[in-house]
Amino acid sequence: MTCLTHAGRSRLASLLCCAAALAAPLAASSGASAAEPPRPFQDDIAQRMLACTGCHGPEGRAAADGFYPRIAGKPAGYLFNQLVNFRDGRRSYPPMAHLLQHLTDDYLREIAGYFAALSLPWPTLPPQPPSVDDAHGRTLVQHGDPARDIPSCTSCHGERLTGVAPAIPGLLGLPRDYLNAQFGAWRIQQRRARDPDCMAEISHRLQPADVAAITGWLSRQPMPADPTPQATASAPPPLPCGGVTP
Amino acid sequence: MMPTPASTGSDNPPRPRNRLGKYLVRGALIVAIGLVAAVAALVALNLRDESPVDGEDRADPANTALVERGAYLALAGNCAGCHTPVGGPAYAGGVAVKTPFGAVYAPNLTPDLETGLGRWTSGHFWRALHNGRSHDGRLLTPAFPYPNYTRISRDDADAMLAWLRTLPPVREPNRPHALRFPYNTQTALAIWRALYFRPVATPSPAPARIDRPDTASADDLKLRGEYLVNALGHCNACHSNRNLLGAPVDALDLGGGLIPMQNWYAPALTSSAEAGLAHWPVAHIVSLLGTGMAPKATVSGPMADVVFRSTQHLSHGDLTAMATHLKDLPQTIARPAANAGPEGFAAIDTGRKIYRRHCAACHGNDGEGIAGAYPALAGNRSVLLANPANLVRVVLQGGFAPATAGNPRPFGMPPYATELNNAQIAAVLTAIRNSWGNQAPEVTTQEVNRYREGRR
Repeated sequence: MTCLTHAGRSRLASLLCCAAALAAPLAASSGASAAEPPRPFQDDIAQRMLACTGCHGPEGRAAADGFYPRIAGKPAGYLFNQLVNFRDGRRSYPPMAHLLQHLTDDYLREIAGYFAALSLPWPTLPPQPPSVDDAHGRTLVQHGDPARDIPSCTSCHGERLTGVAPAIPGLLGLPRDYLNAQFGAWRIQQRRARDPDCMAEISHRLQPADVAAITGWLSRQPMPADPTPQATASAPPPLPCGGVTP
Repeated sequence: MMPTPASTGSDNPPRPRNRLGKYLVRGALIVAIGLVAAVAALVALNLRDESPVDGEDRADPANTALVERGAYLALAGNCAGCHTPVGGPAYAGGVAVKTPFGAVYAPNLTPDLETGLGRWTSGHFWRALHNGRSHDGRLLTPAFPYPNYTRISRDDADAMLAWLRTLPPVREPNRPHALRFPYNTQTALAIWRALYFRPVATPSPAPARIDRPDTASADDLKLRGEYLVNALGHCNACHSNRNLLGAPVDALDLGGGLIPMQNWYAPALTSSAEAGLAHWPVAHIVSLLGTGMAPKATVSGPMADVVFRSTQHLSHGDLTAMATHLKDLPQTIARPAANAGPEGFAAIDTGRKIYRRHCAACHGNDGEGIAGAYPALAGNRSVLLANPANLVRVVLQGGFAPATAGNPRPFGMPPYATELNNAQIAAVLTAIRNSWGNQAPEVTTQEVNRYREGRR
């Protein structure tokens, strides 16, 4: 069982892993295509994307090891921007850069569209104990901190935090390790977007304790009944973002 | 009175000193003359086939036909491979070419006046390609492949500069090279050039672009192919073994070699056991260079980059010309690999289990692959190379074939760097190299470790 192989990695990883195993179809593989059921060859995009699902889980529903994020169902514009950013060096993750280096914008758009259109059930997380900084995390996520010029997460990522089409990602259902890593990457410029890079700016306005509170709270929230990205933004973005146009 | 031996000695004490002094002076003179001669020879060898930079400029950016030809030639030479940074402005330079002697940074080729080629005349540009000398007269490092580009014709050099002058100027100062002493000195470059570089002129006009192979003569195809392979394409910059000073074993050798610092092995184009093409149909070679795929090969690693940036943009006629030349290269006889025999390898059973679990779904239970998608591993020359560097890299990093006009939606392989450890990768590769009739030396855990640690 996948849980056993991953139990040693971290508590979070094993929790996620067991959660995945409980939901019957989600007995995900961790690394490359290990436990993916063999499927007769078809000349289609799903077949081509087996190179991605080795790490990101079958159909891109996230890997059991608690790091590689879910890509299924994310807004197509967001996925396309990230693919281009990895390929062109704005996001630094050498394994992704290597895979994408000789792919064209047209193909990346097709890949983004394929994963965006996948509507897969979300694993149900077991109820989790509240944390001491929950209140701080929830306040920052829902209201920001006007005194420090920090906008709320919801002002861009949608009231349900499930993202806004076409290019703003949802923030729920992501491993806390992954969320923390993104804030760190923005601060040290390992993750960048086209200028003006709003998330880099916001990351610099946050203190480490803020980040811990935000990611802790976000990673404990269940998916809402409607997990799809909001169709349109409810308000103009509080700061200019170069990365939101597909 | 007979002189005593002692008195004789005391009469002549200055004589040996005089003699010693004379020897010293003579010796010094000889050394000095030798040095002057060596320096003169070095200078002369570095000025071979060099004429003063002429005043007349022949690279008119308003000449549309010239510009168009230059753009095409720059693709054939893959200038962007080094001069365009990943995700950065085209031809603005700054890409590090890592060498065993330190990093060389490709300069800005845009027509910016202060930081690019804005002040270069076509004479300067020709001298850089043909003689390896910069605008200010400094010797260029051979990481810029002028040992190949020296064969580019003057007309073609002018066309490329005319095209470069049409690019948007980008203000991007050149980054100084990070070469170690003594490789960072002009003297070291002068000695290297005296030993290994000889300008070779291709008369203008060079063999012309061929669009339709059926209308070209066999001689035209052969000459154009030779020009593209040896001059612009600089194929032997990778496909040759290099000596301790980084020079190819022969100016035009295509005998294969490990690409310095990249840990990819560029297989021999002169050996039927490696990548020799004597027995391939021309159409297959054209397909490999034009689309990245052929019935018996898929490009990966640095060759995927070459296809993506360069050869896929060449005309069918020019690819046919390259294929014609490559097919004609003298081939060495393949030696059978010395081998313990498959059952002699301890890890073979483990390897076959790993293969069934991770590889067979795409590459087939019998290594037969799926045509057009996943390469066959049975009988695949890339699998059987004595040097397993490429195999290890492919398993660690995975990869897609390059997306080209002829193969716009390539299939891919996932990376196994986190899924399989070094011993497992060694085992599965040893199994693949010794199943279904394959026979090749064992891949050891140490080899996998070397290429994993050395990865870029």
